[in-house]
Amino acid sequence: MSVLVEKADLSLKYTAHYNEVKDLLFEGSSEVLNSQRNKAFQDFVMQGIPTRKNENYKYTNLQPHFLPEYKFIHQREKTEADLNAVFRCDVPQMNTHLTLLINGWFYRENKETGKLPEGVILGSLEDIANNHPGLIEKYYAKIANTAEDPLVALNTAFAKDGYFLYIPKNVTVEKPLQLINLLQSERDTFATGRNLIVVESGASLQLLLCNHTLDLKTYLTNSVTEIFVGENAHLDYYTLQNEHNKSTSLHSVFIQQERDSSVTTHTTSLHGGMIRNNLKFILNGENAQANMFGMSFLDKQQHIDNFTQVIHAQPHCQSNQLYKNVLDDKSTGAFAGRIHVMRDAQKTNAFQRNNNLLLTDSATMQTKPQLIIDADDVKCSHGATVGQIDEEALFYLRARGIEEKKARLMMMNAFAHEVIQEIKIEALRERIDDLVDKRLRGEVAHCHDCSYNCEC
Amino acid sequence: MLSIKELYVSVEGNEILKGINLEVKPGEIHAIMGPNGSGKSTLANVIAGKEEYEVTSGEITYFGEDLLEMAPEDRARKGLFLSFQYPVEIPGVPMVNFLKTSLNEQRKYRGEEELTAGEFLKYMRQKMELVDMHTKLTNRSVNEGFSGGEKKKNEIFQMALLEPKLAILDETDSGLDIDALKTVAHGVNALRSPENATIVVTHYQRLLDYIIPDHVHVLYQGRIVKSAGKELAVELEEKGYDWIKKEITV
Ligand SMILES: Nc1ncnc2c1ncn2[C@@H]1O[C@H](COP(=O)(O)OP(=O)(O)OP(=O)(O)O)[C@@H](O)[C@H]1O
Ligand SMILES: [Mg+2]
Repeated sequence: MSVLVEKADLSLKYTAHYNEVKDLLFEGSSEVLNSQRNKAFQDFVMQGIPTRKNENYKYTNLQPHFLPEYKFIHQREKTEADLNAVFRCDVPQMNTHLTLLINGWFYRENKETGKLPEGVILGSLEDIANNHPGLIEKYYAKIANTAEDPLVALNTAFAKDGYFLYIPKNVTVEKPLQLINLLQSERDTFATGRNLIVVESGASLQLLLCNHTLDLKTYLTNSVTEIFVGENAHLDYYTLQNEHNKSTSLHSVFIQQERDSSVTTHTTSLHGGMIRNNLKFILNGENAQANMFGMSFLDKQQHIDNFTQVIHAQPHCQSNQLYKNVLDDKSTGAFAGRIHVMRDAQKTNAFQRNNNLLLTDSATMQTKPQLIIDADDVKCSHGATVGQIDEEALFYLRARGIEEKKARLMMMNAFAHEVIQEIKIEALRERIDDLVDKRLRGEVAHCHDCSYNCEC
Repeated sequence: MLSIKELYVSVEGNEILKGINLEVKPGEIHAIMGPNGSGKSTLANVIAGKEEYEVTSGEITYFGEDLLEMAPEDRARKGLFLSFQYPVEIPGVPMVNFLKTSLNEQRKYRGEEELTAGEFLKYMRQKMELVDMHTKLTNRSVNEGFSGGEKKKNEIFQMALLEPKLAILDETDSGLDIDALKTVAHGVNALRSPENATIVVTHYQRLLDYIIPDHVHVLYQGRIVKSAGKELAVELEEKGYDWIKKEITV
């Protein structure tokens, strides 16, 4: 009983906070964002902070992570230091357009890193919603449904800024765009980021997102990203999660694809205390292709929960999922993948695989595929394994003179390799390969230039 | 160089080797034959250091050192090599990376300079030629998708690359076509030297036409029940094992 009260109290704390800061939230925000706020808030009140009774959050107890007294940032803050100088993420030879965000907010003093193609817009969601609401209105809060998920509801209620990225029709952005969200604060902080990406028909984009903590404060990030990919458009969406173990990262990404488009998401989770990645694809046009790749490396008490949903709404689409986790110490992981093939989505191909490597007896993994198939002419498959390092293979390597520790490392790298090789940007692939290797060796796998020793 | 005395080995409570004695001297070739399930692979694996086999009594020394105390990798680094009867596939570990790592680990252990990538590739190509190894195989993951014969050939290729002092070939000839068999034999013979020794585990006289043994042993029910010269292999090929079994029961 007392636990229940505490949980209710916890949600109440957040609803009380909303009422308290409501004016600040509405202030300076575009009508596009504000018009969603109250409804989103109501949806949050209805659902509350998810408990494990919520089927979608069965394997992840979020409650303790919402307990700390966080500082909220409801208005743009002046950053004292020049972030451009503070942070340089080195992906060698990776020629990218680099853009920084701070605690979810778009950093206005971003240094220009080369000119973007004509018509491409990359900027602060708040600014663009204020100055050009027409660009945003059509898309904002259209696929991130606040009634379906309390984290999305909470985000939409609090949302003020993030990035907006717009690639016009038939434009190919040659150089990958890199967006780095930094967490830096003088207090434990709750960061809300709200992002929107529009890739119009025939356009093409490669995007790399990095999440980094720059100090040892406790952080909770609750971000929502909506992505619209037009006909015959192409998007590669890479994420590198590298935060310290006192951070909680809750990311919800929604992607809607039109006909003949292709999207690949690829998530590497190197570090982070508690990570929940919600990923929802809506295949809304024929012959669309969606690929989802993810890998994580956990130790100590870390926890990851990858939750994917693919809605096959149209015929002749293909979706492909491969998630791998390496779990050490007492770490815990979950993978839940839902594939929903709707009635008209004939000739659907939907595949899903989740492989997990447990390095200790105390690490645990939950894996749950879910197929909902309402069409009759479809090909679907799913498979999951939870296992330990193949002792036969290990002996083979050792019998050739390779020391046990090194042999184990080779096996773990081999396990990750299948996901790493799906990275299409060569310099990034090499970099991630190197980071993963360092991570598996137990070395700090943060960017070399980062002077903060974020491991805890 | 290898001395096995009164070796008893169990797996999961079953006694499989029941008092093996074997002396191998530099320059020698020993053949071990025997019916299925008699314990030949068990013996080979115990020598290589597989942990699930429990040595309940007896000893093995290798160049005077207690072999049973050594980790498998240290045995390999001291020049011991096992060509596996069933080589495992290791998806995701590229052949070249594997070969280079194992060669360099062994060199490092012996205090030799590690080979650079360029040096290694050159050296590897030389050895590929020796055993007629194809790049279509070295470009893959270790044994991944290799045919039975290709896996065996890969074992000999590794042997050629690592140049062991004592090689144990566990049925390396099974599953090989005639040409591959000759290549394997050629590889083994090319490595022969007065310092090296080889133990060949086989069911067939065929291989022993090319690799001529100094001693032939018959392993039966966990014991070496007969040892003789190369003529024993010919006799076994003709008569099978029944006469030996009878000899024992008598
Ligand atoms: N890991 C194990 N667990 C249980 N029994 C085992 C194990 N390994 C070997 N054995 C048993 O030990 C006996 C000897 O096996 P071993 O593989 O050494 O035979 P072998 O002489 O090499 O036979 P083959 O000619 O068929 O290769 C067999 O009865 C086998 O079933
Ligand atoms: Mg055998």
